[in-house]
Amino acid sequence: MTGYRLPTGGRVNRAAPLTFRFDGASFAGFEGDTLASALLASGVQLFGRSFKYHRPRGLVGSGSEEPNALVSVTRGPGRFTPNLRATNIDLYQGMDASSQNRWPSLKFDLGGINDRLGMFFPAGFYNKTFMWPRSFWEKLYEPVIRRMAGLGQPPSEIDPDHYAATYAHCDLLIIGAGPAGIDAALEAASTNQRIILIDEQDEAGGGALSDPSLWPWLERSLKALAASPNVTVLTRTTAFGYFHDNFVGAVERLTDHLADLPEGPREKLWRIRATDVILAQGAIERPLVFDGNDTPGVMLASAAKVFALRYGVAVGESVALMASHDSGWNDAFALAGAGVSIAAIIDVRDAVDDALLAKASALGIAVRLGHSVIGVRGRLGVKAITVARNDGSAASDITCDAVLMAGGWTPTVHLWSHSKGSLAWRDDLGAFVPDVPNENVRCVGACAGTWNFGAGVVVDVLPTPKDPARLKAFVDFQNDVTAKDIKLAVREGFRSIEHIKRYTTNGMATDQGKTSNLNGLQIASTALNKPVTDIGLTTFRPPYTPQTFGALAGHAKDALFQPTRKTNIDSWAEEHGAVFELVAQWRRARYFPKAGEDMHAAVNRECRMVRSSVGIFDASTLGKIEVVGPDAAEFLNRMYTNPWKALEPGRCRYGLLLKEDGFITDDGVSARLAPDRFHLTTTTGGAARVLNMMEDYLQTEWPDLNVWLTSTSEHYAVIALQGPNARKVLEPLVEGIDLSAEAFPHMAIREGTICGIPTRLFRVSFTGELGYEINVPSAYGRSLWERIMAEGARYDITPYGTEAMHVLRAEKGFIIVGQDTDGTVTPFDAGLDWAVGKKKPDFVGKRSLARPDIVAPGRKQLVGLLTDDPNVVLEEGAQIVADPNQPVPMKMIGHVTSSYWSEALGRSIAMALVDGGHSKMGQNIFIPMPGKTHVAKISSMMFYDAEGARLNV
Amino acid sequence: MTRFSALSLFTKALGGHQGWPEQWPDAAPKPAYDAIIVGGGGHGLGAAYYLAKKYGITNVAVIEKGWIGGGNTGRNTTIIRSNYLYDESAHLYDHAVKLWDGLSQELNYNTMYSKRGVMMLAHNVHDVQSFKRHIHANRLNGVDNEWLTPEEAKAYCPPLNISPDARHPVLGAALQRRGGTARHDTVAWGYARAAAALGVDIIQNCAVTGIRRGTDGAIEGVETTRGYIASKRVGVSAAGNTSVIMQMAGLDFPLESYPLQALVSEPVKPVFPCVVMSNTVHAYMSQSDKGELVIGAGTDQYVSYSQRGALHIVEHTLAAICEIFPIFRRMRMLRTWGGIVDVTPDRSPILGKTPVQGLYVNCGWGTGGFKATPGAGDLLAYTMAKDEPHRINAPFNLDRFRNGRLIDEAAAAAVAH
Amino acid sequence: MILIHCPYCDEKRAELEFAYAGQAHIARPLDPSTLSDEEWETYLFIRNNPRGRHHERWRHIHGCGRFFNAVRDTVTDKFETTYKAGEPRK
Repeated sequence: MTGYRLPTGGRVNRAAPLTFRFDGASFAGFEGDTLASALLASGVQLFGRSFKYHRPRGLVGSGSEEPNALVSVTRGPGRFTPNLRATNIDLYQGMDASSQNRWPSLKFDLGGINDRLGMFFPAGFYNKTFMWPRSFWEKLYEPVIRRMAGLGQPPSEIDPDHYAATYAHCDLLIIGAGPAGIDAALEAASTNQRIILIDEQDEAGGGALSDPSLWPWLERSLKALAASPNVTVLTRTTAFGYFHDNFVGAVERLTDHLADLPEGPREKLWRIRATDVILAQGAIERPLVFDGNDTPGVMLASAAKVFALRYGVAVGESVALMASHDSGWNDAFALAGAGVSIAAIIDVRDAVDDALLAKASALGIAVRLGHSVIGVRGRLGVKAITVARNDGSAASDITCDAVLMAGGWTPTVHLWSHSKGSLAWRDDLGAFVPDVPNENVRCVGACAGTWNFGAGVVVDVLPTPKDPARLKAFVDFQNDVTAKDIKLAVREGFRSIEHIKRYTTNGMATDQGKTSNLNGLQIASTALNKPVTDIGLTTFRPPYTPQTFGALAGHAKDALFQPTRKTNIDSWAEEHGAVFELVAQWRRARYFPKAGEDMHAAVNRECRMVRSSVGIFDASTLGKIEVVGPDAAEFLNRMYTNPWKALEPGRCRYGLLLKEDGFITDDGVSARLAPDRFHLTTTTGGAARVLNMMEDYLQTEWPDLNVWLTSTSEHYAVIALQGPNARKVLEPLVEGIDLSAEAFPHMAIREGTICGIPTRLFRVSFTGELGYEINVPSAYGRSLWERIMAEGARYDITPYGTEAMHVLRAEKGFIIVGQDTDGTVTPFDAGLDWAVGKKKPDFVGKRSLARPDIVAPGRKQLVGLLTDDPNVVLEEGAQIVADPNQPVPMKMIGHVTSSYWSEALGRSIAMALVDGGHSKMGQNIFIPMPGKTHVAKISSMMFYDAEGARLNV
Repeated sequence: MTRFSALSLFTKALGGHQGWPEQWPDAAPKPAYDAIIVGGGGHGLGAAYYLAKKYGITNVAVIEKGWIGGGNTGRNTTIIRSNYLYDESAHLYDHAVKLWDGLSQELNYNTMYSKRGVMMLAHNVHDVQSFKRHIHANRLNGVDNEWLTPEEAKAYCPPLNISPDARHPVLGAALQRRGGTARHDTVAWGYARAAAALGVDIIQNCAVTGIRRGTDGAIEGVETTRGYIASKRVGVSAAGNTSVIMQMAGLDFPLESYPLQALVSEPVKPVFPCVVMSNTVHAYMSQSDKGELVIGAGTDQYVSYSQRGALHIVEHTLAAICEIFPIFRRMRMLRTWGGIVDVTPDRSPILGKTPVQGLYVNCGWGTGGFKATPGAGDLLAYTMAKDEPHRINAPFNLDRFRNGRLIDEAAAAAVAH
Repeated sequence: MILIHCPYCDEKRAELEFAYAGQAHIARPLDPSTLSDEEWETYLFIRNNPRGRHHERWRHIHGCGRFFNAVRDTVTDKFETTYKAGEPRK
């Protein structure tokens, strides 16, 4: 028996008993307990095994500073969370928790062998060995190291929960609802300020929760805050990071404390923007560094007080205090007052305040000043301690089952540091305190270094007569960093605290050094014989405590990870069995298989039908920009490579857009509707980029131009009707437009109505067939599609997808920007010289086309490829060589950009970028693939109907 | 230099580890050196090591304004791979990967290079085309990179979600088996220790405040916070701070410095066997030997030296990770941090001579510098020793921004249509 | 997530509404064809990238849509001022 439930006291609800399981055994606790307090009350002292040496470990703290008591909690499939601190887990009926990093059991852990061999595993040992033989690293050493490392088991199933996220704005954000934070909130509550007060614990109160004399004040204060409509109090909410401009991230745990899970999110991410922030995060007590200080039962004095007065749990039947600070004395007195037996008070100081001595004497507690603990007996729990004078003499044993450490206090400046506020060293406190703020923030209470805990001295390692090289005096409990590891790092030339931290891993465990940083710094300071301020403080980094990926990802899960954009016609495609592909943020129908068809068969049929009758295609995803104003033509003339001024209203033009570096970035067919109005189209993926680029030039380079740009991408549904029967399908449906070839030639636009719907009707073709692109307001897209399908039924009208579209355009040698070009291709490389206005003095990218390497010979140029074997469809991305017999590494002269089976030609076709390709027409090139090298002849890209006869009908 | 080995560890253990010497001395600057490297990251320390080891130039100083390895070397996600598209890049990065192999033994310092494989996920038809192009180019360049079906990808990395219903379904993956990770700090420390053993001075807490040029314009030395140091050869390998130093020499550079964040989870037992990257959802991840999931986030959009990143970047990154690996939603983020990455217009590095005689530069590695560490060090050393670039780094010159011979890997993965 | 004052909306809004647009006050040459390769390279690629005071452009892309200029310290990320496009360098 060690810890036990005190007969009275604490804030737990003794009328509400709970049962739970830990490592398979049943335990009982009360509502209001944490897992830690309930286990402690049941006599459990052993909570876990350490990271490296697998040493038995118990509780050190009572809150989020806890380094040792890491457990896993599971509550059904997918609801397994490893590495939770037992001190932060609110107990609920039926909880199922287990210990970690041990095998086969917590009490008997084979990994404990590491502890026996610990002398061979000092800091950085892995840098010095495991190098021979070389192949053993990956095959043997690393797998073994990996299995030994790690803490809890990883989750293995998908988490069924969901998570919420919200933004909040306030005038004043107060972080920490202890007495200082509550006072700050009360003071501000009387103003009209919007106030948010947050605290990570299950109830507000902080340190007041373990001080029953403050409970009436606490109740009154919380009532007053609850009655203030301008104050929001969030508990179980951890402010984990302080970002630019008073932006604070916090996570609220909504259901983890409930026995029965309600509907609704498990956690909620708060992103809070505050005008002013008050940090009232308190301070964390510092452990003392001595041999055996990690034995289960050795813990912070302040934690023991919390367990006794907040949870009604004695941490042991006979408790000794090892102090270097007055606060421990007062905690011991408080424990005694609660009925806990204090075996002795040991203080490293030779003298303390007389009042403390008097009180100890009155309580009948034995006191040893100028003494230190030099050893701890017991492996799985404290059985006794050895105490000696600071000069090492007069060693004697004291029987006890718990040892409290009171090494002074460290202000919790994590968030302050996130905000880039500076810190000042206070010798009297032996700690860094907030100095100059970098945001609208101030610290109050203990985190500002103002506390009434009394005085103390800072000791790096307690005096001991033992050989310091043999001590197991821990600094970072979780990562098993000892004082001698830090001294070793210093001996090996690591001088800055950043180096020491990285070499020893001190402060890098899941508690992020809340109890270890300052002790580590003190030890390094002594070893280097330099003041602490010369060694520096490691940077605190978000998060304050670890936060789940789920909470940080928030809503962004599954379909909400990113919206999938769908056209108005998408639902028809889905109902008709389309197979989709994702293109930029859109999903597009790739092909429409009929029963028994694979992609190849479906695409061949779709292509055949377009060439022989008529096909229908959803082109709504194309980007569209309306360009309006007296200078619209001048603007386009400057943006695009082509000339635009002479384009007559009612006519269309293919436009090619470069970036200023001279490389193709976008293309599309655009129409002039009126002297001052253009309808531009862009690629599907390029719409937003092109509009932004145009706005940039318009606003900042040519603000004198009177032009307005409007995105109309989602305003129009676009139906492409392509094939020799396209006109016949359209004629009965269109009003107000003469569709005859004479009145409405290729590359023209007309406005009128179709099925009564206003339309901008383009006569354009990306297939080489007679074709139209019908733009109607988006909402009419599907209904018009269905009317056209009905009208086209007698021509066996065939819906086709992006794959057939790709084949059809490739047969005509039309490029797809981003597939046949890749951001390094100029108009000349792409064979688009005709689209460059030679007489234009300037356009975006023109100057770059004159750079030395752009005009040099040997650039990769886009050409057609015809394989010697017409049945071979080359793989897109396949590389091209001139000499297939050369050794690897081969000299590659290009690659296949597009490659298809052409149903119209009854053979394969391909497009490729080839070094100097335009001057290599008719030459053979080679495509070495695994197992076989293909031969192909360089050709024109115009594979089908080169004279364009099928268009001009 | 005390040789590291299991035996030395054993014997020193018996002596309570009291006998370990400094891994490298804390040198004070001498008045002059044959060569100076500005920047004590892995690249700079590597350059000093190879200058001494391969080119016999041992009177070398590495000057570092803070602590060695404290910049991007110690702040990255340690991914090593060489499956780049263009010949120039493939040769550059593969040179580095070949040096990674055996580096632990060469330096007598375990850099923990682990060929766990780097897998890049294809989520749409465009990705498939792009990765196939990479694979074929790599094959003919002698660089390993292979195509995996979704099922093969999942077999290689079991936590992967290959459901076709995912928002960004996995259509396949490109796997470079020689790719992997290493332990970042050890690379800096290992080079420092080995270089110091050859006579190189490692000078920490010494910031460059000026660059002195002679009447002929050539480099004469550097002004520092610890006094003037003369040298006819100065190599700048200062990552995000390169622009600032180049301006001291009167050179304007095509560089911008952006914040880049990374994060780790709490450590768990082995669950993630390789490195996975997804450009489409913007995430990459591996598991360290310690058990932490190591995750790279994106860059913030603006130029900054603050080493302070924004929350929404982390949110997006973790959403992306949970999208590809949904079992990790209950994992917890332990620590985030920011680095400063220097980015060139074509996102490829600049490694070579500058217009100033005797001034050499190694910069512009963007988010990908760690993998190049040994190669960049070796090539900077070669260039400084011979006063001309090696054929591998010759294409990565400054002139390309004038003549247009850019090496734009990212553009080659352009998304459009 | 930084807060940015849009000089057109005259409001301080969150960064998510804005798109960074690179170094400010790099005017496109009026007649690029007269520039040497070096001058064109400078226009295209050479950037100040200072540690400290930086003139830069932002676009209030999810707001008024306007491009504007700003002076920001790249070490602290704090804005000194923002001003409308076309106003002289501050």
